[in-house]
Amino acid sequence: MKTNIAGRLGHSVNYLLLTAIAAVTLFPFLYVLSVSFTPESEVLRRVIVLIPEKITLSAYHTVFAGLGLGQAYKITLFRTLVGTALNLLFTAIPAYVLSKKALPGRSGLLLFIVFTMLFNGGLIPTYILIKSLGLMNSIWSLIIPGLISVFNLIVMKTFFEQLPPELEESARVDGSGELTTLWKIILPLSLPSFATIGLFYAVSHWNSYFDAVMYINNPQLMPLQVVLRNILLSVQNQSAEQSALDGPVSTFAIQMAAVIVSTVPILCVYPFIQKHFAKGVLVGSVKG
Amino acid sequence: MNAPTDTAAALLREKGARQTTLWARMRRYRILYLLLLPELIYFAVFKYIPMFGILIAFKNYNLALGFWDSPWIGFSNFSSFINGVYFWDIMENTILISVYKLLFGFAAPIVLALMLNEVKSNWFKKVVQTITYLPHFVSWVIVYGLMVALLSPGEGLVNLLLKEYGYSPISFLTEPGWIRPIIVSSDLWKEVGWGAILYLAALAGIDPSLYEAARMDGASKARQLWHVTLPGIRNIIIILLVIRLSHILDAGFDQIFMMANTFNQEKADIIDTWVYRQGLERMQIGLATAVGLFKAVIGFILVVAANKAAKKFDGQIW
Repeated sequence: MKTNIAGRLGHSVNYLLLTAIAAVTLFPFLYVLSVSFTPESEVLRRVIVLIPEKITLSAYHTVFAGLGLGQAYKITLFRTLVGTALNLLFTAIPAYVLSKKALPGRSGLLLFIVFTMLFNGGLIPTYILIKSLGLMNSIWSLIIPGLISVFNLIVMKTFFEQLPPELEESARVDGSGELTTLWKIILPLSLPSFATIGLFYAVSHWNSYFDAVMYINNPQLMPLQVVLRNILLSVQNQSAEQSALDGPVSTFAIQMAAVIVSTVPILCVYPFIQKHFAKGVLVGSVKG
Repeated sequence: MNAPTDTAAALLREKGARQTTLWARMRRYRILYLLLLPELIYFAVFKYIPMFGILIAFKNYNLALGFWDSPWIGFSNFSSFINGVYFWDIMENTILISVYKLLFGFAAPIVLALMLNEVKSNWFKKVVQTITYLPHFVSWVIVYGLMVALLSPGEGLVNLLLKEYGYSPISFLTEPGWIRPIIVSSDLWKEVGWGAILYLAALAGIDPSLYEAARMDGASKARQLWHVTLPGIRNIIIILLVIRLSHILDAGFDQIFMMANTFNQEKADIIDTWVYRQGLERMQIGLATAVGLFKAVIGFILVVAANKAAKKFDGQIW
């Protein structure tokens, strides 16, 4: 009886703590959302504004009209779509080839690839390479250097190895060549694996900013994260009084609106992709 | 379907394969080699050429002269790095930030997973998981934006509260004393839910009959945790810990590059951010490459050692 009460108490505390953790995770997003809609005077007056009394869209007007976020969206979208498609192509093919255990020279080729995961030239030599290839200020500098993630390649290779070899043998007996087999038999079977790895690539394209900081100077080519970063950093040292002078829309509200505008796409797709990711992590890390 | 014939066929195939020459076997796979070629070229150009470019570390690199014509200077870039005044600062920052992240960030996902594992209600579990994964998917730029909302000195929420209660505002994002706690706690906030996934999977894999047996023996909840749950996820904990330790010099570039500024640099600058600033902002290319190489070599040794160590524990991970 005693343990039962203690047990139930323990359960309630557990639920309470988990609720608190979830609340702490969500709170910053909700707060930013509400600030982005709140007129300047309200933020300073009411301290915590989770549900704004007055709503203004002026911060969003400024973000879209004056700060080039539309163009940045296009760049990021292009980068994510084209980049991810190329990533998948360039990851799946070597993964498929290297999944053939009988391929002569397989282990040497694998070593050649896996070694790049353990040791690398580092930032400066890579920068000099990109520069001498003439990729500076080209959107390809955001796509080509990261074409293949060795980790994802190994995940896909493991996946292909698990496919029953009889499938390919019977295709070969039926007179199908390697490419036909790959296209007609392997690819359709691998769609879940493609979706997971593709999502991993897509999120990293959407979120990365440092490569663009290094390789892109042209404002027309700057992806979303870099533009957001500039908006957040440009006024870092400005005091509140100064920003209040800027007019009816405060810099702070503009910053918050920019954060929301950059977060929304992720929030929209997140519910649909979240469980695939969880599966992907497990495929990638735990054998069997 | 027909096992004996299948085995016989497999044996025949193997025999046939052994009899053919290497050249014939390679010919059989020629299309696959052809398919592999572009990827190999990719690795050669984008991974191996930069490795070759490491030679810059041994040169007094001059932009006007370029790679081939810059003069060799042996190890002097390395000695000027190790003897430089900044050396201990950036080593300390890198290792301390990494160790703090390990101390606070390693156990937290395990605890979260154990808590979620106790939850009976499926929808509650799903909701909490979905929410706690979320920050993993937003960029560090966005996280920084959230921090501006909460911590900026003029209008950040925390400072509005401080002012409300008569304290003077703190510029959290520019004060050196605050930057490490902020780096560590934001990393915890962003990754704890995601980190719990692997442990949850391991917990789901524990044989329920073990719990039943423990209950029959009169084990309390705490003793079940100690004698069944923790041993059940022991291997994965050890392997992940070993992997984390091997990345001790990676304190989190994307995050720190976003959060470090001229004001808090003394406490936030890590090897990678230092390399960026020296190499690409101050054009100390030889020196920065030497530091990058220094880090890559130590990283390589640690990773190889970690792999060896991880294999001892059943090698559950790749």
